[in-house]
Amino acid sequence: MAAVVLENISKKYGHVTALKSISFRINDGEIFGLIGPDGAGKSTLFRILTTLLLANEGRASVAGHDVIREYQQIRKKVGYMPGRFSLYQDLSVEENLSFFATIFGTTIQENYDLVKDIYVQIEPFKKRLAGQLSGGMKQKLALCCALIHKPEVLFLDEPTTGVDAVSRKEFWEMLQSLKEKNIAILVSTPYMDEASLCDRIALIQNGEILKIDSPEQMVRDFKKPLYAIKTEHTYSTLNYLRSASYTRSALPFGEFIHLTTAKPYKPFQIKDDLERVGIPIQEVKIAAPSIEDIFLDLSNTDEFING
Amino acid sequence: MDKRNAIEVEGLTKRFGDFTAVDAISFQVAKGEIFGFLGANGAGKTTAMKMLIGLSRPTEGMGKVAGFDIDKEAEQVKRNIGYMSQKFSLYDDLTPKENVRFYGGVYGLSKNRIKEKTREILKELHLEEVANKPVVALPLGWKQRLAFAISMVHDPDIVFLDEPTGGVDPYVRRQFWETIYQVAEQGRTIFVTTHYMDEAEYCDRVSIMVTGKIEALDTPEKLKEEYNANTMDEVFLKLVRY
Repeated sequence: MAAVVLENISKKYGHVTALKSISFRINDGEIFGLIGPDGAGKSTLFRILTTLLLANEGRASVAGHDVIREYQQIRKKVGYMPGRFSLYQDLSVEENLSFFATIFGTTIQENYDLVKDIYVQIEPFKKRLAGQLSGGMKQKLALCCALIHKPEVLFLDEPTTGVDAVSRKEFWEMLQSLKEKNIAILVSTPYMDEASLCDRIALIQNGEILKIDSPEQMVRDFKKPLYAIKTEHTYSTLNYLRSASYTRSALPFGEFIHLTTAKPYKPFQIKDDLERVGIPIQEVKIAAPSIEDIFLDLSNTDEFING
Repeated sequence: MDKRNAIEVEGLTKRFGDFTAVDAISFQVAKGEIFGFLGANGAGKTTAMKMLIGLSRPTEGMGKVAGFDIDKEAEQVKRNIGYMSQKFSLYDDLTPKENVRFYGGVYGLSKNRIKEKTREILKELHLEEVANKPVVALPLGWKQRLAFAISMVHDPDIVFLDEPTGGVDPYVRRQFWETIYQVAEQGRTIFVTTHYMDEAEYCDRVSIMVTGKIEALDTPEKLKEEYNANTMDEVFLKLVRY
């Protein structure tokens, strides 16, 4: 059974279209990533699926229940971690967890199994007020609270934003272990590198889905010639490349510049051309596309594309 | 102080009671360099940076920024650096023009100089059309570049950027890094903190702080080699986790 089904969901706020006819399914035990920048519509989608907001058009169901007619059943069966830290800052770690267990009519003991791996990491601080925890620990506590009633579907809205690299890695390891318990997870993130940790992803921008597939398949489907160029003169190289006739797009990518071209070339041809105009180049090589390359390619790149 | 350096720090330490937040760090940043200052949440980045920009006095050690002693000449340091924070401190209900005027006034620029600067910034960022609309209506990427330009309204030699790229739209980030490259190419020094490890790879050199100490400092390329890693993310995890 599909844990989440969306059919042509649209949402407007006044004249602003937040979501444009979104459709996809999430299977049981699947980690489905919603990948896109701020303002893409990710949080709106979460609020519709968690029955906190009504769509203008389309249908959606969660755990087999319609989001409008059966919203009460859905609320019992889902766990939701909103983008903003929403636990009680003036309650302790333990009190928060026991509060959430109680309102769902259960106890910490009853579902301890599910949260144990995560909870042991914050248990040494169980008497500490939630407001005084570090970012990484707050996030672990919020996940425990979202899980304590044994939900069938877990909604995590940007759980790793603003969290350091170590805590982010640990968090994704926890999600993998939840997946093994057959919980479906919809997780949003602005970090393109986290996309590869999902079973399937939807790239979303300006309320529209650009593409849905497994991250591996998206990489395989990217057929455009892509080169990584290393130089100490990033700014002048970018300027020159954008004026070069063979360039489709040229973008800074960490210590490299990523160049896509309309036709394939040998890396040395590009190197020769850059050196001909007097730009010292350390290296030009064929690059393996990342999800970020794909996202930039699919979305509107007017400002960066030549001509 | 070596004339080629914009920042020199030796044994810089900050203690709060028994707790050592910054533990005897030493490093230099060359003029025109893009220097990444990295660390996990709570590693001491912000405390260290506050000392460098003259907002917090060191418990021990010395530091020079833009040629001035960070302890004894903190006021001079503040006048000679630019600073842009995560929240990019623009006044949302003022227009781009008014924001430039306000910050120009704070730094004591003459009326004529403010006029000149306003024209220059609006032109360079293509903000002429929205010059008289409140900043709140601008897209994130424009705001970010406006805040960056305003942090340099008094033509400082060094700009401190404190986690400047929150929001993480892939384009906005790239546009912003291009602006940083442009500024660095003009000879300005950029000191940037971030916890996006992929962003570290845009820097000329990076330092990584772990529990108050600088545990690694080199070019991204050399660090990846040394730690046998493909990305800065891996370097960071190896350093911080084990």
